[in-house]
Amino acid sequence: MAALAFLWCAAAPAGGQQPSGPAQGAQQAESCVACHQALDDERLSSPVASFAADVHAVKGLGCAACHGGDPQAFGPEAMDPAKGFIGRPARREIPQLCGRCHSDAAFMRRYNPSLRVDQVTEYRTSVHGRRLVQFNDPRVATCVSCHRVHAIRPPTDPQSSVHPLKVARTCGACHADSVRMAPYGIPTDQLRRYETSVHWEMMSVKHDLAAPTCNDCHGNHGAAPPGVSWVGNTCGQCHTVMQRLFDQSPHGRVFPQMGVPGCAACHRNHDVQHAGDELLGLGAAAVCSGCHDAESRGGEQAVAMRRLIDSLRVDFDSADGLLRRAERSGVEVSQGLFELQEARNALVGARTAVHASSVDAVRAETEKGFSITARARARGGRALGELRFRRTGLVISVTIILALIVGLVLKIRQLESSSLSQRESP
Amino acid sequence: MSLGSLRQRFTALGPWLESRLGLAGLWAVARKKDVPVHRHTLWYYLGGMTLFLFVIQIGTGVLLLFYYRPSAEEAFESVQFLMAEVQFGWLIRSIHAWAANLMIFTLFLHFFSALLLRAYRAPRELTWLSGMGLLGLALGFGFTGYLLPWNELAYFATRVGTQIVGVVPVAGDFFLRVLRGGEEVSGATLTRFYAIHVALLPASGLAIVGLHLYLVQKHGMSVPPGVERSGTALPRMRFFPNFLLRDLVGWLAALAILAALAAFLPAELGKKADPFTSAPAGIRPEWYFMFMFQTLKLLPAHILGLEGEMVGVVGFGLAAVFLLVLPFVDRPGQGGRLQPVFTWIGIGIIVFVIVLTYIGYTVSPTK
Amino acid sequence: MNQDARGAPASRRRFLDWLLGTTIGGLVVSVLYPVVRYIVPPPASESAASSVTLPFTAQEVAPNTGRIFKFGSRPGILVRTPSGELRAFGATCTHLGCIVQYRPDLGHVWCACHNGHFDLNGRNIAGPPPAPLEVFAVHERGDQIVVGKGT
Repeated sequence: MAALAFLWCAAAPAGGQQPSGPAQGAQQAESCVACHQALDDERLSSPVASFAADVHAVKGLGCAACHGGDPQAFGPEAMDPAKGFIGRPARREIPQLCGRCHSDAAFMRRYNPSLRVDQVTEYRTSVHGRRLVQFNDPRVATCVSCHRVHAIRPPTDPQSSVHPLKVARTCGACHADSVRMAPYGIPTDQLRRYETSVHWEMMSVKHDLAAPTCNDCHGNHGAAPPGVSWVGNTCGQCHTVMQRLFDQSPHGRVFPQMGVPGCAACHRNHDVQHAGDELLGLGAAAVCSGCHDAESRGGEQAVAMRRLIDSLRVDFDSADGLLRRAERSGVEVSQGLFELQEARNALVGARTAVHASSVDAVRAETEKGFSITARARARGGRALGELRFRRTGLVISVTIILALIVGLVLKIRQLESSSLSQRESP
Repeated sequence: MSLGSLRQRFTALGPWLESRLGLAGLWAVARKKDVPVHRHTLWYYLGGMTLFLFVIQIGTGVLLLFYYRPSAEEAFESVQFLMAEVQFGWLIRSIHAWAANLMIFTLFLHFFSALLLRAYRAPRELTWLSGMGLLGLALGFGFTGYLLPWNELAYFATRVGTQIVGVVPVAGDFFLRVLRGGEEVSGATLTRFYAIHVALLPASGLAIVGLHLYLVQKHGMSVPPGVERSGTALPRMRFFPNFLLRDLVGWLAALAILAALAAFLPAELGKKADPFTSAPAGIRPEWYFMFMFQTLKLLPAHILGLEGEMVGVVGFGLAAVFLLVLPFVDRPGQGGRLQPVFTWIGIGIIVFVIVLTYIGYTVSPTK
Repeated sequence: MNQDARGAPASRRRFLDWLLGTTIGGLVVSVLYPVVRYIVPPPASESAASSVTLPFTAQEVAPNTGRIFKFGSRPGILVRTPSGELRAFGATCTHLGCIVQYRPDLGHVWCACHNGHFDLNGRNIAGPPPAPLEVFAVHERGDQIVVGKGT
């Protein structure tokens, strides 16, 4: 296949070879643009408008860079096949057409030295690429399906169809279309599921562009679903600690043998939700009960782990509530709150240790947490003691004031009755 | 130690001090001071109560100065430190905050009682004017003091409050810049408000209070027209010690209330002011500004071609001027009787203030 | 209570005077006690929110080590780089709030919870943390280390 591409390139006459630079590109744009933008046919005139924003145009590569022909000539002479004009390329040829430049490291170095040059190679390993080559499947994605044709923008451009926020929709344009995907027999609910996931929420709501979208798990140009036995590696690109623990756990050994897809077995794949404590144990929303029942050793371990984490969380909340109640009443508790934050570390550590499927691992974390919450609760108790001190002080001072008021009232009466009788007495 | 033996020691001290200070003449005059006793005598206590609370404010205010730092970077933290680390810091600050509210409340009562009982009639016009000055100073104290902790609510309330000043025609923008120390509310505003709150207002306050008290001593307590008309000679109560002791009972009751408020409802602090966050919902001025704030919110955007807010501000200004000249306008008509219309105006003002304050607190902030 | 003045028993008057004297004295004490305690400065004489003097000396911090300290109500981490310079950051990981630590084997700051890495400028260089650590200014006053906000 690569040989074919090479031959095709070699056969192309001068006009179709790689352009030599921006100056020639600007001139090339002139003649094609001049005719095509005046045409009535929408299909022939719209590329001119959209190409203005294209990254290739910006770099000085014009119409002839891809379509061939002679941009200095006018009229039909410009579109002479003898000068390399290929018109609208066939679907099957598109990867080779793009790859003429994008797979040439020496050439790409002139425009974008850090850009990779193996996209076409990767693409040929993907499901899309293989179906295109083997069956000339008209429905599979080629370069222009995702990157668009004449308004290609770099992925960092928010308007690009392959900007991280746009990738899911771009893939979903085909993969969520049940009519289009009917012959393949694969689900079309991935986009819908993904948009309910915590990964999408991180990206769309919290604006964390590092969150995964389709290409982060499935690959970019070499797109394929992860194999069952290496789902963990995919998730582990970010969730390293969990993956390491999981691989050493009983589940990590057994799942690949059983053909269970690792992380996705409990956390799902496209609609990954925020993992709360309710996933652990044998409760209603728990995932452990899918395989383990209450009598099994696995079930017992799950319940035990859940109980440890729950009690630490309850302890933490009660210590925190105690300290904050004291704080609201104006008592100094910053040292206590500071120390309590380390218990949050323990809680996070315990929830991570769950992936080792070992009660001992979880207990090691929760023990640390319990000692911290106990100390914090003691501080909270002392802080509330301060509150009691204030109330006591208040009672004492108000008592004194009331006694003084009574004394004054009596004094007033005494003075006025004595002055009254002084006036009345002879 | 009984009061009797204390008095003995004090008596020995008397001649010693007298030959050095020569205050016997003053005491002779003070001893003669008396207060008329009638059905409205209760209102006489309000002035003294306000003065007592003002003294509490000065005392707690000076104590707060020991720890407060008037810069945008440190103000909030210094108040936090005061509440958390300083022994009884929570008490001093809470009393200062509550006494401010109580003082303005008793001041309003004192003001309205003087209004409705016509205490401003000749020869007490200057007493009335100095009192109005004190009312303005007290509101200024409240407005400037509110910003000093540099917390979120205070910052945004000050933004809104100073922006309203800018609405005054002609000189509004100038006043806004002078008040804010710049175009925006910033650390410069805080320093300026601090200077006003801690130096300018207390100095002018003490001077005007001095004048006010001197005038009250000179002219004695005003007797309301209704009581005057009854004609009979009123019994009189000596100020020292009878009225003063009763005053003390009231002051002590106020002290007990302050202590309880400080213990059960300590002053809150909230979050530090951050000029770059958006204003939280429910920004409100202090209750004593609420009726004005709510009025301005309710006025339509344009009235007779003029900006609604400006009309409101100018309206309040005119109302203040009217109140100032009240002693000169409310003169006895034919037959020496006063016109009842001013009583109705006074009652109308009270009702207006109460209703709009109520509306201000019950309306939803997101409307 | 209305009694003839000359008939008012001296004992009652003396009791009243005693009551007044004692309660006035009690009131004076209950006002002066908080005021005096207030004026006496507390042990931590300054607010710890904008600058903190660390409870250990500069000597005690060896090169290529880090220590957690308390900055106001939040955790901070003091690091002495292998070249001997002192740096301080907020120790709250920007991912989910765990407390970070210094890893001598890596030579930079690391969060154990989800394997987040921060370089010696506080910048997040690997792992899930989406933002850098807050950077503090470190000053050495003799043997003492003072950490403050801002530059």
